Amino acid sequence: MIRRFAASMSFRLAGWVALLALATLASCRQSAPSAPALKATAAGTAMVESSGGHQVGATGTALKDPLVVQVNDDQGTAVAGALVEFHGPAGVSFDPAAILTDSSGQATTSVTLGGIGGRYQLTAVTPGKAHPVNLDIVETALAYQQRLGSILADEYCNRCHDPESSPVRVSNYDNLQVKPHPFTDGNTLNKMSDADLASIIQHGGPALNRSALMPPYGNTLSAADVRALIAYTRTVADPPYQPAGTVYERK
Amino acid sequence: MQFLRKVFSSAGQALFGDPVRAFGVVSVALMLVLAIAPAKDHFSQWHSYQRHYLALIHDRGDAVSLRRRFQPGIHQIWLPELGVVDRCTTCHLGLNEASLADVKQQPFRKHPVVPHSLDGFGCVICHGGQGAATTVDEAHHSERAGEDPILPARYIESGCGQCHQNALPGTPQLNLGRTILARYGCVHCHAIALPDGTRVTATDHPPSLVHVADKTSREWIYSWLKDPQAFAGSTTMPNYKLNDADAGDISAYLISSSKPQAGDAAAADAKSAPGADPAAGASLYGESFCSSCHAVQNAAGNLVGGDVGPELTRIGNKVKPQWLRAWLDNPRIYDATTPMPHYRFTAQQIATLAGYLQAKSDSDYGANVHLDAANAKQIAHGRKLIVELGCAACHEINGVQKPENFAPELSAIGSKPLAQLVFLPGMEHTQASYIVAKIRQPGAFGASVKMPQFTLSAAQTDALTTALLSLTSRARSMPDNLRVAAIPETSYQPTGHAGKLMAELACFSCHRINGRGGEMAPDLTWEGSAVQRQWLGDFLKNPNTLRPSLIRRMPRFNLSESDNKEITDYILAVYQSPAIDPDTAPTATNSPEIVEHGRQLFYSKYACQACHIADTKTDKGYIGPTLTQVGSRLTSAWVYAWLKNPQALRPGTAEPNQNLSDDDARALTAFLTSLKGSAGRGTKQ
Repeated sequence: MIRRFAASMSFRLAGWVALLALATLASCRQSAPSAPALKATAAGTAMVESSGGHQVGATGTALKDPLVVQVNDDQGTAVAGALVEFHGPAGVSFDPAAILTDSSGQATTSVTLGGIGGRYQLTAVTPGKAHPVNLDIVETALAYQQRLGSILADEYCNRCHDPESSPVRVSNYDNLQVKPHPFTDGNTLNKMSDADLASIIQHGGPALNRSALMPPYGNTLSAADVRALIAYTRTVADPPYQPAGTVYERK
Repeated sequence: MQFLRKVFSSAGQALFGDPVRAFGVVSVALMLVLAIAPAKDHFSQWHSYQRHYLALIHDRGDAVSLRRRFQPGIHQIWLPELGVVDRCTTCHLGLNEASLADVKQQPFRKHPVVPHSLDGFGCVICHGGQGAATTVDEAHHSERAGEDPILPARYIESGCGQCHQNALPGTPQLNLGRTILARYGCVHCHAIALPDGTRVTATDHPPSLVHVADKTSREWIYSWLKDPQAFAGSTTMPNYKLNDADAGDISAYLISSSKPQAGDAAAADAKSAPGADPAAGASLYGESFCSSCHAVQNAAGNLVGGDVGPELTRIGNKVKPQWLRAWLDNPRIYDATTPMPHYRFTAQQIATLAGYLQAKSDSDYGANVHLDAANAKQIAHGRKLIVELGCAACHEINGVQKPENFAPELSAIGSKPLAQLVFLPGMEHTQASYIVAKIRQPGAFGASVKMPQFTLSAAQTDALTTALLSLTSRARSMPDNLRVAAIPETSYQPTGHAGKLMAELACFSCHRINGRGGEMAPDLTWEGSAVQRQWLGDFLKNPNTLRPSLIRRMPRFNLSESDNKEITDYILAVYQSPAIDPDTAPTATNSPEIVEHGRQLFYSKYACQACHIADTKTDKGYIGPTLTQVGSRLTSAWVYAWLKNPQALRPGTAEPNQNLSDDDARALTAFLTSLKGSAGRGTKQ
């Protein structure tokens, strides 16, 4: 009798398992991305960035300019109709995420950065002839503090620290005898500690035995403003800034 | 059936057949039931996140201190006065851990630096969502009645706007959104009451249409109504998507109801001198700095110029010549409150400028518009449309009353329950996506929606949405001590003849005085303490620029000698700072030694030449004002006070407060006041 019961139970169990498997399968099919079928008509062997890289935007917002990449063949001629897919870390979205290159071999997408500030490493992938071709693109998102820094930098600092001068915001960079460091100059600024940067901003160039052309802003900017400026500098530094992290890793 | 019953009875027999066995089975069942609660707890989502967190910190260098700060169980931030019960920190465990800045994996990342602490404000005040929930779905995505999904990161600045009614330096998107709200005239139709009881006021200047027939033709009004952006891409006038007949009827009513201006249009006509020379017109347009306020599209299609006044790219298509001449002669006759200054042009200048502007036209624009004379029925239909569409909410129109509460009030639109919103198919169910869709395509919400189509870029739409999302019911229930009020625009008005002159010259369109006016030009609240009489009188006659890098400059108003003196006297007498005492300032008896000492300080210790030019031969500081003749421009008392603390005199100025000693400040003042420049230097134009 017990054996019979067990047999019937196992029969039921098998039924449940089958049902569960079916349900899982159905839900899987539902959740699979329903991307429109893009049929590539050509394939390239190289990809280059046309424009839209190295932009700086606010977290969670779309970058000002679209990202444009170009697919080329061996001879360096543009390839039309090649499939390009864009990938990025969690939070980044592309519109569209996959596209065929246009007649001039270019694929254009608009990028919305994630909600976390910092550098975003994006990748454009095209299937290629023999193996997939990847292209890395770097964009930067500014969180609240970093963006406050960028606004303050525009107001107080970039009038001298920005090598680019435009009619809308004139920079005096070219006219200065001692050239200030642009905030993206990671080679120099990455070597300076936060405390050093803060004392140069607050007490002026002579505080670190540098040029007096850099005036002290300690009485004009609050401590939070100075921290924001440093946070901004660290985020846009190129090469990227590596914070002094933990000294040793446990096994 | 028979088989099943057999199985059950045999199973019952097997389990409960004998009392001892039955007791055992019941005990096991009871134990299982008792285990349900702890098991539920153990397998709950938050518990699994806490285990993941412990695994994450296990291998880190500072694992010991991280683990010491970790507390198992449900965490809660309870702030009764803010209505906050947030359990987000149960799973978001690394929010306050500075050393987790490199962790990308959510929910363990450190919170970016913001001015408020987690413990003081909780999470949902800025982020939305259900603070009390302990599952991912309920906390982030719930749409049940009275519950809101989490706010997308792109609108996060709306959280700041709930308490901060003032413009914060770190929230450009919110500030832009609020500017658009006022500048695009949203509040002409939608009332918006702020939590402190004040109302959002519009900053645009929709023209009165009472005398519109003097200004333009019915054909132009028709083309304009059909597509305002086709005439001027930068206009804030929305597109009502009118059909041909409706646009024709509205234009017919506007022209037929218009009353002729009682002014002296004929006199202006008689004054006009013929023979306008286009080159002279262009140079007069430039000299008068029209482009400080008005934009014109250049050959490349880019707008060049300010946005205070209307775009002038095709102005010749719009205005009648005699109206334009009368307007240039004195704009306040047609529109008493216009931001445009009364330039006091000569008849010759008016003819030149009018000819130049009239030539700014596009022969293709409205070329195929031919309207037949309208009958009474069409005119009546036009009036009916004007009432229905609410044109009079913005524009003054003869025979139509300004409607009250024309559109829904938006004072709490940011927290309107989702159940009360109508979503389009396929739309994400959030307030943000509703507002965006309503701005982008109001027509999609049905033909009965009267809201017109505004022309806003994606960034502008996001900014406007951010500003609207900050209008929440939570903002209204915040404790008063957390509220930061906006600095309201005062209704300051200078008095007397000088006050009348300043209104005519529209000084407040660009300058700010005593908390009222524009931001384009320097604040003049303390101007009387700052400048010398001779310089001010000369400057008003013939303004030359002080800052080489500026594009927008002060125009010349051909003031009479007596009017010039009137304004100069008024500024010097009234706009005096109580903080500046002329008696304490260094006197004119500065020895050459102290001047030389000041020069040393200027060039070496303080390196002022980084931004200023004291000697045009050697200095290249193009950021601050040129100081070559500062000694004949500013009073020494002002220079001294400015050097001691520039922000006290003009908040927000970029000149740093260098915390000068009295001696250094005195020496620098002596040096600066010795820079008299060459008197009577020609105007740079």
